[in-house]
Amino acid sequence: MMKIVYTGEMDPRLCKNVLGETIPALAERDPDVVYLDADLMSCIGTGKWAGANPDRAVNCGIAEANMVGVACGLASAGCKPIVHTFGPFASRRCYDQAFLSGGYAGNDITIIGTDPGVTAALNGGTHMPFEDVALYRAMPGATVIDVTDPTLLISVLSQCVDRPGVKYIRVGRKQYAKVYEEGSELPIGRAVTLREGTDIAIFAAGIMVHEAMQAAKTLEAEGVSAAVVDMFTIKPLDEEAVASWAKRCGAVLTAENHNKYGGLWSAVSEVLAQRCPVPAGYVAVEDEFGEVGPQGYLQERFGLTAARIVEQARAVVARK
Amino acid sequence: MEAATKKQLQALAVRIRMAALEAIHSLGSGHLGGALSIADVLAALYGGEMKVDVNNPKWPERDKLVCSKGHAGPAVYGTLAVKGYFPYEELKTLNRPGTRLPSHCDRNKTPGVDMTTGSLGQGTSLACGMALGDRLKGRDARTFLIVGDGESNEGQVWEAMAFAAAKGLDNLVVLLDWNKRQLDGWTEDVYPMGDYVAKFEAFGFDTVKVDGNDVEAVAQALERTRRRGGKPYAIVLDTVKGAGIQEVADTAMNHSIPVSDEQFERWTAQLKAELEGLEG
Repeated sequence: MMKIVYTGEMDPRLCKNVLGETIPALAERDPDVVYLDADLMSCIGTGKWAGANPDRAVNCGIAEANMVGVACGLASAGCKPIVHTFGPFASRRCYDQAFLSGGYAGNDITIIGTDPGVTAALNGGTHMPFEDVALYRAMPGATVIDVTDPTLLISVLSQCVDRPGVKYIRVGRKQYAKVYEEGSELPIGRAVTLREGTDIAIFAAGIMVHEAMQAAKTLEAEGVSAAVVDMFTIKPLDEEAVASWAKRCGAVLTAENHNKYGGLWSAVSEVLAQRCPVPAGYVAVEDEFGEVGPQGYLQERFGLTAARIVEQARAVVARK
Repeated sequence: MEAATKKQLQALAVRIRMAALEAIHSLGSGHLGGALSIADVLAALYGGEMKVDVNNPKWPERDKLVCSKGHAGPAVYGTLAVKGYFPYEELKTLNRPGTRLPSHCDRNKTPGVDMTTGSLGQGTSLACGMALGDRLKGRDARTFLIVGDGESNEGQVWEAMAFAAAKGLDNLVVLLDWNKRQLDGWTEDVYPMGDYVAKFEAFGFDTVKVDGNDVEAVAQALERTRRRGGKPYAIVLDTVKGAGIQEVADTAMNHSIPVSDEQFERWTAQLKAELEGLEG
């Protein structure tokens, strides 16, 4: 079952609470699931359950590289590890371990990196990964997910547990606009068309899905018909969706909470270049480091807004 | 230890040295020094201490070996070949295109290799996860982790040691190959790490130091790790890089060295003579 219920309203659930409920639920459903964290259990509400289930939850202390290695060792022993820490530590800090002890060695693990990009907000530039997608995209066989809303988070997390390879899920801990009806199942690797359109196709991921939907409304009022496609799986990319929408609309825009290098824009461009070269553009971070501030300010600061999508969409359509 | 058992282990160590030498010579050069230094501990492990089944290398209940100094692959392969995990002749495929015996250990390629290693330090955390996994699964199995002394420059080693102690992984046995040399020279000159025994003790390990090239001493140290006392075990193996072939041991920079046909034949003859002395 999958139902789109987007209205622009926020989903009342905080993703940190969704993680705090979903991880224990998965562990209770499957005796092989083991949860590991690096002293951030309290940030996603798993601490209480972990304390009561020390044989299923491992606090690895503030040592992320070791945590990922331990998770890979657990995988070789037949466990299904779910690892959590903040995005920069779940990507840059432990990349070599995820790459070699995980991907290369054939140990299947799920890594959750919370607070991607500007959602790191008040933790600031040191905690603000704009490159995590690029890193995990470059890992052979990895799966890379940018979460759209709490319902999608639950769906992909339960799929990742049994999916081979290294799975990287980036998700903010706060609220997202509600896109999918609760209980919807979103198969990994399949893009979801949220809105039909004929003039330009906007491929969006993560918090930018909501911005893209708002932008499409504005564009419609201006007489530009924009399709919006949720590209929550950045790897493996739904190449058919990219090619078919590019053919139908003849123009493409991507929108992501990430550096313009190596993320969704790169992934979509690779498909366009090979299969359907059409005018295309992006809304992404212009190769900068993060900085501190409220998320709203940061979205303005880095151009991750509906207004920016409208502007860039107009420019791309003008090139048709 | 009975004299016959001791001789068997000593003979196995010689066979492992011969096999590692054969593999490396087939290629012309390789990581001979650090392969030779761990031949005795491998003999003690696969000569009786480890619970393994050569016919079922992936048996979940088995004891596991992680050779975190993955460049000592030829010593591990030599051991596995001698024990019959794959044909002895296959040793000569080391590093050849399509081989099952890559320079560094690979669990997906070589029958009997329990974990992929090579990027130094990473095997330590993997071994912790394997030991923890066995514990969570209720298996009566131990994980043996061979770490190089040069390798222990890597911070990840000490993150993993802290983890092992914090989680009371008493089914983990860390075997530190204190062979005193690393790629660039003597560890005391390149990057002195201080007193390993004191370090492991401070981390909360049940720690002993033994002559790591005395297979009987190693076997006895391993035997006492069968008891589960709530602490992980560390055995600091006082070894010589190149042990068992005097010329290699006497070569100062012996991390990775060429092996000529003449050297191979001479060293093999020496090892064979040693073997005959042990086996009669």
